[in-house]
Amino acid sequence: MITEQLVDLSRLQFALTAMYHYLFVPLTLGLSFLLVIMEGCYVATGREIYRDMTRFWGKLFGINFAMGVATGITMEFQFGTNWAYYSHYVGDIFGAPLAIEGLMAFFLESTFIGLFFFGWKRLSKGGHLAATFLMALGSNLSALWILIANAWMQYPAGSAFSDLTMRMEMTDFWAVVTSPWAQAKFMHTINAGYMTGAVFVCAISAWYLLRGRHTELAHRSLRIGSTFGLIVTLCTFWMGDQSAYLVAQNQPEKLASMEAMWETHEAPAPLSLFALPDEEAQLNRAEIGIPGLLGLMGTRSLDEQLPGIRDLIARNEQRIRTGQQAVSLLEQLRQDPANDELRDRFNAVKSELGYGLLLRRYTDKVSDATPEQISQAARSTIPAVVPMYWSFRLMIGAGCLCLLAFILGSWYGIRGSIPCRSCVLLFIVCCLPLPWIACEIGWFVTEYGRQPWSIYGILPVHLSVSGLSVGDLVGSLSGFIGLYTLLLIAEIWLMIRTVRRGPSDGGPAPQPASATQPASAPQPAPGTAASDR
Amino acid sequence: MLDYETLRIIWWLFIGILLIGFSIMDGQDMGVGTLLPILGKNDTERRCMINAVAPHWDGNQVWLLTGGGALFAAWPLMYATAFSGFYWAMLLVLLTLILRPVAFDFRSKVADARWRKSWDAGLFLGSAVPPLIFGVAFGNLLQGVPFHFDESLRPIYTGSFLSLLNPFALLCGIVSLLMFTFHGANYLILRTDGALQQRARRTGLITGLLTAVLALAACLWGWFGIDGYRIIGDIATDAPSNPLAKQVVCESGAWLQNFTACPALWLVPALALIAAVAGSILASRSRGGAAILCSSVTMLGLVLLPLAAMFPFVMPSSSCPNAGLTLWDCTSSQLTLFIMLIVTAVLLPIVLIYTTWAYRIMSGKITAQYIRDNDKQLY
Repeated sequence: MITEQLVDLSRLQFALTAMYHYLFVPLTLGLSFLLVIMEGCYVATGREIYRDMTRFWGKLFGINFAMGVATGITMEFQFGTNWAYYSHYVGDIFGAPLAIEGLMAFFLESTFIGLFFFGWKRLSKGGHLAATFLMALGSNLSALWILIANAWMQYPAGSAFSDLTMRMEMTDFWAVVTSPWAQAKFMHTINAGYMTGAVFVCAISAWYLLRGRHTELAHRSLRIGSTFGLIVTLCTFWMGDQSAYLVAQNQPEKLASMEAMWETHEAPAPLSLFALPDEEAQLNRAEIGIPGLLGLMGTRSLDEQLPGIRDLIARNEQRIRTGQQAVSLLEQLRQDPANDELRDRFNAVKSELGYGLLLRRYTDKVSDATPEQISQAARSTIPAVVPMYWSFRLMIGAGCLCLLAFILGSWYGIRGSIPCRSCVLLFIVCCLPLPWIACEIGWFVTEYGRQPWSIYGILPVHLSVSGLSVGDLVGSLSGFIGLYTLLLIAEIWLMIRTVRRGPSDGGPAPQPASATQPASAPQPAPGTAASDR
Repeated sequence: MLDYETLRIIWWLFIGILLIGFSIMDGQDMGVGTLLPILGKNDTERRCMINAVAPHWDGNQVWLLTGGGALFAAWPLMYATAFSGFYWAMLLVLLTLILRPVAFDFRSKVADARWRKSWDAGLFLGSAVPPLIFGVAFGNLLQGVPFHFDESLRPIYTGSFLSLLNPFALLCGIVSLLMFTFHGANYLILRTDGALQQRARRTGLITGLLTAVLALAACLWGWFGIDGYRIIGDIATDAPSNPLAKQVVCESGAWLQNFTACPALWLVPALALIAAVAGSILASRSRGGAAILCSSVTMLGLVLLPLAAMFPFVMPSSSCPNAGLTLWDCTSSQLTLFIMLIVTAVLLPIVLIYTTWAYRIMSGKITAQYIRDNDKQLY
């Protein structure tokens, strides 16, 4: 029996493991390309400093990459373990990009990362650069295929429901791959990943510059990182606008809740800058907006209307009623699969089948749902407004601060001086967590904003879960939280230690005393690390 | 487009190939990881073992991920039923597998003994537990798994985690673990030298022979000791996937019927056992390369064997035999199978080419001297 508690715990486990995985993914995406640029400089100029840079940032990359790989395994298996009905219902479409991701991307990045770390002496300069490039290409291709899969959850193109197999089936693979959602999502996400890599490099370099350590390496890294960051931030903003446009076109419920837009406004609608939404009363207590801007961005016209929440609830109530018929017809058709007349009637309403399935959350017998249950289901099609509204704004704010950091960093990196040098560098250091906040919150807006659906308009989250017990979920969730916490502590400790030791680690010079070490574990001098015991 | 029946058979073969590929490739580093606390007597020896697989473990592990992805894409109903039914077993695999990448990368970055020991334990768990569980899973598939479907085709599993740990399944698990260990020992013979290699030779001899003996025992038990499943009447091989449209009986000796129908199949277990014995002798004579070839043939045979015995079943149901999944009624649509066939046919050869190239670039013995010379660059 599927209880609300089971669904909530399954969602919580998926959200936590996915968000945890996503602490590492954007840095992998961004840093891998920065490594290609740095090593490209080395191959082009032959200057050792660029090789040292590649190795130093590569070491940090490796620490992060290992965590990304480890937590990625969970994601691949969790669809089957915790979302069994989802896997059956949409595996015909959703499984394909996942398998292609393995074949095309994982093999590439995982094979060449071995050569990146261990092939320095065995490959020519150009050969090693090629390995680094193929590793970065693999990471990026992996993002492409997983975002094609995710885009299909948001905008299920190229597929249709089959009553014979009780699932969605692929009708047009090309439509799935080239869906406008997939393109915009891929570009937005990947550029946000590049931003993360760039902020990481800039912030750590700025810290070295403030401390007056490894200044040449830090200065060059800051220059490369911030110019790269400047370009990709503009791409991120551009593709963010494109994504928001698609949301406005295809997921009006998400847009309305992101904008706390209760009523349908006369076109063009204003863009809200500040509001105090009241979910109970379905209105905003206070509101400041820029006239016309949302309408312009969301419809790219001046006369097209964007529906508000109240109208969307009314519209969806109608769709649920039609969907209710679709569910009943499907039940009859399953008893009598040869009845073509019944099939024609079902096909006429099957586009609303998902809306009928929303009622399963409230009643086992969908055809007997009460008007109260129908209106409850209709209200559930709008994600909670307050978290959507504020997280969307927080993401944009974090992105803007990163842009400022890149502008200042480029200025300093290229000119070699800047007014208030220490303040500027300190600001860049402080920007370190921002891209992670923006990435995590961006995903929150995307995924939380898709509720109550796992496949928008097709399959409610409520039905997607595996038939496990609450005890199973409590157990596995505790296991994940425990293990992931330990790993995160080890990872952050190792990252900080590696950064503090700096790029010269491994040389003959003794390390500064400030390097962090566990109090109980005295560190042997460098060079004796491999001593037998 | 190819017809549905052919596509379904091709995908049954592909899933088999991916499982065999996983065993042969990831078996090297999982075997080495399992042997890490047993054969590595000091830190340098353990680093030799780890660095023998260091450039390759990540690529090898992708065989497992791609296998999971292919299962999802080609047999979504099997993926859904097995992964959610075997929830705690899968979770155990996951939680231990997670330790591996981190342990490989973090271990040697800090010279503290306790730090390294902890990650060594992680490497051992992440390398030994998954093969054990996969063997147990196969043992349970052969006996049938208690599940059925409701009217909306939602898989409902009615067993428990502890019921998976029955004697036959545990024997399969031990065979699987031994087979991986045997493979890892052979890999170490090829890639290491000195006292470490000596120990690996002895381990290869013992694990190879044990694999042969216990695999034979598991075969006999599987054929004569447990009940198999048989479809009665017809099953449509090109109809839309619907696991509720057939009649199945559970009877003793049913897993022998494919062998009586096609006696050439006897070659599969025969080759696996002969290769295990030959491999263990070669291992004891320090012929690492030839021994790896033999343990690879053993893996091929022992993975193919349960698949061939169960054919056309891929996941029989013990509580509701008619709901058992076969390769005819748990697959994706014809279009998806066809597209994935083309994608795999194009990409898999490319993967094999660059994997081979990477192995050639990184070939050679990993010696204590090599570890000392490249201290900071190695795991």
